[in-house]
Amino acid sequence: MGKVIVVTSGKGGVGKTTSSAALGAALAQNGEKVVVVDFDVGLRNLDLVMGAERRVVYDLVNVIQGEAKLTQALIRDKRVETLYLLPASQTRDKDNLTPEGVEKVIAALKNAFDWVICDSPAGIERGATLAMRHADIAIVVTNPEVSSVRDSDRIIGLLDSKTLKAENGERVEKHLLLTRYDAVRAERGDMLKVDDVLEILSIPLLGIIPESMDVLRASNVGAPVTLADTRSAPALAYFEATRRLKGENLPITIPGDKRGFFGKIFGRKAA
Amino acid sequence: MNLFRFFSKGQSAPAARERLQVLLAHERAATGDIDLVNKLRDEILKAISKHMQVDDEKVSIKMERGAQVSTLAVDIEIPFDAGKKAA
Repeated sequence: MGKVIVVTSGKGGVGKTTSSAALGAALAQNGEKVVVVDFDVGLRNLDLVMGAERRVVYDLVNVIQGEAKLTQALIRDKRVETLYLLPASQTRDKDNLTPEGVEKVIAALKNAFDWVICDSPAGIERGATLAMRHADIAIVVTNPEVSSVRDSDRIIGLLDSKTLKAENGERVEKHLLLTRYDAVRAERGDMLKVDDVLEILSIPLLGIIPESMDVLRASNVGAPVTLADTRSAPALAYFEATRRLKGENLPITIPGDKRGFFGKIFGRKAA
Repeated sequence: MNLFRFFSKGQSAPAARERLQVLLAHERAATGDIDLVNKLRDEILKAISKHMQVDDEKVSIKMERGAQVSTLAVDIEIPFDAGKKAA
């Protein structure tokens, strides 16, 4: 039986889709069977970030409405053969996501895959609550910035009340993924530090993804960050996060903090 | 240039941290819609309107949420003949 992960945040634009694709690919690169599910009905983008936008025939809503079989809607990645994508619908309304339909699809995916990664839409409406509904593990994606931290706090509250696990008196395992982190600005006192965010949200840290040009570069060419350049700083950070997700106890490294004395004094533009 | 800015502007992250801590303490306490300060404000206004017509412009309500203590200040102008107007 596979594990269900929801990648969520409340706030938009913090890196949910990027992280879903990168973590999904990283797990698959290690031989695990992974499906990444786009829950952002009406504003799908996971297909684009993963470079499968021209191969979408059927989508999640088609499967829920019984217009297509699950196997017909799944798209197999061309680079990693154990990686699959279930796209969201671009034209349908998100009211087409029914709780019963989602439950059926997730149950079927859990049987066939080691990991089911649900890429949540922003907000706290239907799409977001349905994406987190069946989660065993939640990855809360947060930027070191006040509005993102506040929204993450709100989402953590929902994870503790609105999920199936919470309703059954169990707990969803929650992890913080701090993205777009700039060690230089944090050190200078102009960005919340890792410890600040950890203290405020008080959930365990899964990883720190540095602010990096490599993220945009990867999405430009339609490749998950971990596939685009396996040696890039964000890719290494996602690989580390993946190992923690699988239960390894790795020390946390703060990426991008390599500058010496002169660098610290004179600063530099963000990478 | 950077060195100059470093000394002239001061750090902003501690402010972010402090503001978040106060805000979230309140948001977490307010489970659902039950926020004590909001509830008090509504009930105080309700109690007053029993005895006099409350003119919205003559009522000023100020709320200040602090880390340990919040204050709610309700300032109402009560006209001389207010009691007579009440139904």
